[in-house]
Amino acid sequence: MHALLFWIFAAVAIVASLLVVGQRNPMHSVLLLIGSFGALSGLYVLLGAPFVAAIQIIIYAGAIMVLFLFVVMLLNAASEDPVTGYHARLIGGAGPRRLGAVLSLGLAIELFWALRNLQTAPLASGDQQPPATAVYDIGLRLFQNYAFAFEATSVLILVAMVGAIILARRERA
Amino acid sequence: MSWVPEPTLNSYLILSAVLFAIGTAGVFLRRNLITILLSIEVMLNAVNLTFVAVDRYLGSVDGQIIVFFVMTVAAAEAATGLAIVIALFRHKESLNPDAFTSLRW
Repeated sequence: MHALLFWIFAAVAIVASLLVVGQRNPMHSVLLLIGSFGALSGLYVLLGAPFVAAIQIIIYAGAIMVLFLFVVMLLNAASEDPVTGYHARLIGGAGPRRLGAVLSLGLAIELFWALRNLQTAPLASGDQQPPATAVYDIGLRLFQNYAFAFEATSVLILVAMVGAIILARRERA
Repeated sequence: MSWVPEPTLNSYLILSAVLFAIGTAGVFLRRNLITILLSIEVMLNAVNLTFVAVDRYLGSVDGQIIVFFVMTVAAAEAATGLAIVIALFRHKESLNPDAFTSLRW
């Protein structure tokens, strides 16, 4: 059952991500990305990480994607503009784009080659099951070993919030 | 269900690499600021999958905590990134990154 679910979720994640990149309409891209996040969340459950699966749905699909959806609807730009102008062609024309395609294909091949040369490892070293108290352990470690990083994160979020408000504010002329 | 190959750590790592490559291709190939930000989210998620898979392999929870931090950073990045996109769109009525070639206006 685990094996079958893994392949299903993996296929959904890859196809949805490919369509996110391939779509012309950003609205469809955002909705497909939510599907991809759902599949990844299923994979996290299979990996015995229900906490990550839950925050994946709540934070990513629930909060970040709604923000994206909001901006797509606000700007109401349904499709990509054609490339115009000399400078735009210089950096966005066919040549540089082809170079970008070659570079990303190179990265894919390189990653695949590197991972193929790894020896096959089982899902877990030894045969320990994921502990039933994983969420309890995460909470304990988060507020003991990682307490400083946690507090720093809250400052980061505050700075991002203030920055977003200032950047998106309409300037008074 | 013996006809389905059992997933190993390598399957998860290869899946994550494929997703990361898709995200990179999106950043390189698309000419729409919102799609580029979405591709960055795909890449962040690929890295998260690696963290959780290796976490399962090692039997620890540290990777899941790092995933938590990655998600908060992703939220901060999306908020400021989208605010910049809105500010840029106000000036040029365009989402094409190639439209913004001047250092000041």
